[in-house]
Amino acid sequence: MKWDEFFVTGDPLIYGADVSIALTTAGILFYLTYFKKWKWLWTEWLTTVDHKKLGIMYIVSAVLMLFRGGVDALLMRTQLAVPEAKFLDSQHYNEIFTTHGTIMIIFMAMPFLIGLINVVVPLQIGARDVAYPYLNAVSFWTFFIGAMLFNISFIIGGSPSAGWTSYMPLASNEMSPGPGQNYYLLGLQIAGIGTLLTGINFLVTILKMRAPGMTLFRMPMFTWSSLVTMVIIIFAFPILTVALALMTFDRLFGSHFFTLQGEGMDMLWANLFWLWGHPEVYIVILPAFGMFSEIISTFSRKTLFGYKAMIWSMLLIAGYSFLVWVHHFFTMGSGAVVNSVFSITTMAIGIPTGVKIFNWLFTMYRGKIEFATPMLWSLGFIVNFVIGGVTGVMLAMAAADYQYHNTYFLVSHFHYVLIAGTVFACFAGLVYWYPKMFGYKLNERIGKWVFWLFTIGFNICFFPQYFLGLDGMPRRVYTYSEESGWGPLNMVSTIGGFMMGVAFLILVYNMYYSFRYAKRETHGDAWNGRTLEWSTPSAMPPFYNFAKIPVVKSLDHFWRQKQEGKVEKLTIKDIKPIHMPSNSGVPFIMASFFFIAGFGMVFEWMWMGALGLIGVFGTLIYRSFEYDDGYYVSEEEIIKTEKISN
Amino acid sequence: MANKSAATEHGGFPWKHLIGFVLSIVLTLFALWIALGTDLSVTWILIIIFGFAFLQAALQLLMFMHVTENSRKGGFSGRIQIGNVLFGAFVAIVIVIGSVWVMSAGHAKHDKHDAPKTENQDGSHESEEHGSH
Ligand code: HEM
Ligand SMILES: [Cu+2]
Repeated sequence: MKWDEFFVTGDPLIYGADVSIALTTAGILFYLTYFKKWKWLWTEWLTTVDHKKLGIMYIVSAVLMLFRGGVDALLMRTQLAVPEAKFLDSQHYNEIFTTHGTIMIIFMAMPFLIGLINVVVPLQIGARDVAYPYLNAVSFWTFFIGAMLFNISFIIGGSPSAGWTSYMPLASNEMSPGPGQNYYLLGLQIAGIGTLLTGINFLVTILKMRAPGMTLFRMPMFTWSSLVTMVIIIFAFPILTVALALMTFDRLFGSHFFTLQGEGMDMLWANLFWLWGHPEVYIVILPAFGMFSEIISTFSRKTLFGYKAMIWSMLLIAGYSFLVWVHHFFTMGSGAVVNSVFSITTMAIGIPTGVKIFNWLFTMYRGKIEFATPMLWSLGFIVNFVIGGVTGVMLAMAAADYQYHNTYFLVSHFHYVLIAGTVFACFAGLVYWYPKMFGYKLNERIGKWVFWLFTIGFNICFFPQYFLGLDGMPRRVYTYSEESGWGPLNMVSTIGGFMMGVAFLILVYNMYYSFRYAKRETHGDAWNGRTLEWSTPSAMPPFYNFAKIPVVKSLDHFWRQKQEGKVEKLTIKDIKPIHMPSNSGVPFIMASFFFIAGFGMVFEWMWMGALGLIGVFGTLIYRSFEYDDGYYVSEEEIIKTEKISN
Repeated sequence: MANKSAATEHGGFPWKHLIGFVLSIVLTLFALWIALGTDLSVTWILIIIFGFAFLQAALQLLMFMHVTENSRKGGFSGRIQIGNVLFGAFVAIVIVIGSVWVMSAGHAKHDKHDAPKTENQDGSHESEEHGSH
């Protein structure tokens, strides 16, 4: 391979990206060196096993990925604004919609949610960390490295261009030559390890590390939704792992699982992909449901309506989510029987979802509603998500889907559920728990501007796409003719898209603004909350979370205590040494070896792949022989941190 | 915190794990040999390696996955274990039977590509193609 094939050349946009990446990297290196921050970076962040810090790193990465995916989106919207535009050529457009979809789902939505889960769930259950803190760090770093590997594709070697679904035979060596598709396979494979580990870690954490008295049916709804999500992750992700591995074999080692030759079955890829893919959409929506439940209950000052109904509907969804995958390829032609069965299961899954909508409405009914920013996002969610759900049920009718499939109608459906569901939840959760992470709130006035601009922009962008779809505009086309008549609605859609982009920039500005000017919180209960994470005396919990593990007597225990005026104060008698896990640099190093292995395999430099894998095994073996049982935080240190005087 | 117990609790040399590990490798190599090194018919090869697969799954549950272990907290986590295993079985059955059903029903059953079909390279191989036989 020659150098001019190694680096992507010839496109001014890419050169622009090259320059900005080089400048940013140089800037960061300069900052770290000039302000002597290397040591700080290593000891405080790269080696940390603290769930709160890992959570923050997840969220920061997800926001960066939201930016990257958002730029992709706006490039596509610019190209589509007018008929026969020449801004992007077809290959470039294909690459952009592929990276956009993959990044938004795998490297934005999931890490954002997992980040919030990391920060919040251990606090909500009154634990001092997760069950396996070291594994948690491995999870984060493999996700991060997988994301970086995927992201460099557009400047080194070229991006994948077969869509986030990577259907065969389009994704085969014959039709997608070069390293692009390999980036997809290896990037997702490495990040998938992290996700699976997170699933196991939080399942055990929630089942085993709850504070005394917190029975399963006293757990906050966000914790419940996380628990169910983890179960889905554990059973769905292995399917993706296997499917990716099989396609990797097809592309790298000449096997014929999904190829056209050698009796391969190309549609088996689609089948396996969606066996994972549909549970995946529930992985990214259930935690969102959980967050909205917390927020709506907090700002209505009422207990969640139908707590048990919520839980049962989630468990039902977890089971159902494995029974509907064929609705993504009704048009494959499995026949009337198969299509009818999956039509019915798909419509059935709408029922528990509908139950939850009513639960939120009844929670608000006669509540004292406070329209704080997180609550605005939740209300916006209810309205817009219903539109997404209703169009989902329309898609679920197999016969009708022959019309809607692969049109902008479908594009609009999944953006209504993913943006109004998952993205709204991420923003709501970020604003809601921001004071827990950083000790101050985001500015509410700016936050409300962001909400309105984003929500209005979102509807302007995606509502017209339903009509474009009904009018026959296919998805994944890089341009269309003047005569089609799709021009005006596309222009409207693009304008809406840019409004969302501006809203995102204001959100980021709000982070800066609030960092400079926001009033610092003086206690842990920023929103008059109900659950244990708000019960810590300081705004940001210390690294051990709770000096004394709370004893839980009911649902919304902290709220009850406040109502009865019985919030316990910490006294010196309560303080005992606390056992905590030690930091470790191994997860970071292991992930770096994964990067080397992945990069080598992307370019089919097998020596490099082998070298990286040897490194990975080396770190595993090192860990097996490491006897580190953590350390104790002394009583003096706790007393000092908690500022106890009596 | 929680991870300190694993090393200290059991003590001694992990014979159980070692035996399980070695047997797993042996079973895998055996399956490989059956598939590549013998002249049996495809049906028999499949039957035999599936047999090995189930054996190995049972072995791993027994040797590594603590199926026989009783929970300390009483019946509660036992129920969770059983729930998880049942859900796992449900998902596995759905994946296998579902895939076979979906991939062999309707038009899809004509969908074997022994003949090179790649010639019509219009670049838009999407699923519709198969629906329109
Ligand atoms: C009321 C519940 C829902 C129903 C009945 C439903 C139904 C459907 C159907 C039938 C399709 C396939 C349409 C086609 O390809 O022609 C589809 C696609 C999709 N749905 Fe949903 N859906 C629901 C909820 C959700 C949720 C909650 C999410 C994610 C948060 C989601 C994300 C997606 C995505 C990403 C796709 C398209 C993927 C692609 O082809 O690239 N859906 N939905
Ligand atoms: Cu689906």
